[in-house]
Formats: sequence, structure tokens, C-alpha cells
Amino acid sequence: MPHDHHDHDHVHPEGLSPSGHPYRTDNDAPLSYWQRMEIAVRELLVEKGHVTPAEIAAQIDAMDARSPANGAAVVARAWTDPAFKARLLENASEASREMGFDIGPLHLIAVENTQDTHNLIVCTLCSCYPRNLLGLPPDWYKTRAYRSRAVREPRAVLREFGLDLPDHVTVRVHDSTADMRYIVLPARARGTDGMTEAELTALVTRDSMIGTGVPRQP
Amino acid sequence: MAERVRVRTLTPPGHVRAPWYLRGKVGVIERPLGAFANPEQLAYGLPAEEKPLYRVRFTMADVWGEGAEAPNDTLDAELYGHWLERLDAHAA
Repeated sequence: MPHDHHDHDHVHPEGLSPSGHPYRTDNDAPLSYWQRMEIAVRELLVEKGHVTPAEIAAQIDAMDARSPANGAAVVARAWTDPAFKARLLENASEASREMGFDIGPLHLIAVENTQDTHNLIVCTLCSCYPRNLLGLPPDWYKTRAYRSRAVREPRAVLREFGLDLPDHVTVRVHDSTADMRYIVLPARARGTDGMTEAELTALVTRDSMIGTGVPRQP
Repeated sequence: MAERVRVRTLTPPGHVRAPWYLRGKVGVIERPLGAFANPEQLAYGLPAEEKPLYRVRFTMADVWGEGAEAPNDTLDAELYGHWLERLDAHAA
């Protein structure tokens, strides 16, 4: 028995569980300075009547409801409607709103992948991401490794994501340093000519809109 | 012809959004983006002036020199006008 050195019943913060697996550390470390600051400011805003807890919860729900599926719908529309694609490349915020997405004050720029151009999005300074369209960024997007290497050796980074680009393809890295956010308009896969907009939507992955991947093949 | 600019090699204290790795580098204006409240004031809750913002395109050779992974690949970043020195105007 893994626990026969104990003859009393209590929580085991270390050692092995009854099923023989190591215990995971509990996720209950003390609050950080900034977490306490956020709670204090939020409670003050509520106490002083500027916002209600219901409004805060609704805003969290609205952000959690955003997902890469929104961006996939925009991309599939651009693949099937040349006039929409032109509007998307001219002003991606307005084109997204036109499709009914509530993106708030997001300033969005769409960059197009072609046979000889591949675009990659990064924010070296922090973790700027088109959250109001695509939802929260993946954890790796916020790491120092991705943020520093994407601008220094994008091709090596892309190879680690499984994308080995030939030399004739130019890589264009976009560092979201200020007020704009970016979405990649990936190239439409071959062999998708007869597919409907809804079928095409299912081919568009989150990573293909960041530039660390390409759409699924049908 | 695209307008050439050099990112100023300033090192002010506080919150700035001109990445260190681009300071002193030469690129071209890819497009103007309009005017945005200056984050260097906004970050401290100060009244913020509107500053013109540009997308500047650098080649990887511009940024990393001989160590570039692929010299003709490009890097675009957003930079405020007060961080840019216009090279063509200075040459005139």
C-alpha cells in the first residue's frame, strides 16, 4: 500500500494518492498584489454604483462566448464572396460587424496568405490578440518563447508547429505593438470548390488565423 | 516610393510601446493608421494627446543584420509618429 506509513486519516499534500498517482499541488496560492488590486477596484466600483455584479458577470459571459468560430465564419465568407473579401481587406472591423459580430471598439486588420506570402501574428510587448472576435488567446501565444522567437526566427517556430514553408514563400510577421489587432486570412485549400460556406467554416482553425497553421484539408 | 523612416533610439522611462529590438532600425511606412491617444500618457491616467500611428515594415535583414533567418522576410510593427525620424525629409 502506498500509504501504509500513515495510520491516520487526513489530507496528503505530497506522496501518492490511494490510486498510486502523485498529488497535484492545489491551485490556492495566496492572491498576488494585482489580483488583490483587481478585487478592490471591482468592489469599489460596485459599492459606488458604477457597475453591478450582474453587469460584470454578463461581460465575462460575453467574452467567454467569443471563440475562433466567429473568425472562421468571417474567413469562409471571404472565401466565397469576393466583394466581402475586398471589404475585409479594406476594413476588417467593419466587415466583421457586417456579419453581426459584436466586436466593440476592436480595430482589426486582415492580412492575406497567398501562394507566395505567409503571415504570422505576434505581440512581442504583451499578449495583444483580437479577443473581441476570436475569444481568449491560446496560452502559448502569451509565452516569452513564442513572443521573442516569432520575430527572430519565424520559420523555425512555424516548423515546430508543423509548417515547413518553402524558400519562395515570403514570411510576413506582424507585431501588434499598439492599437491594431490582426487576423490572418488563410489561403483556401485546394479541392474545396464545391463546398458550401458552412462546410468551409469547419476547415478554418484558430491557428490558421494566427498564422501558426493552415486550414484543414477536406 | 515608400517613405523611409528610422525608429528613434530614445530610452524614456515609463510605459512605451516602441519595442526595444526596433529602436534605431530603418523601415518604410506600410500605411498610416490615423491618430490614437498616446499610450505613454494613457498608461498613467493622464490626459493623452492624439498621436499619428503608422505601420512600419522592416526586412528581417534591416532588423537582424547578417544573423537574419531569411533576409527578405518582413516584420511590420505599429509605431507612433513621435518615435519616427523621416529619412527622406532629412536628405532633402
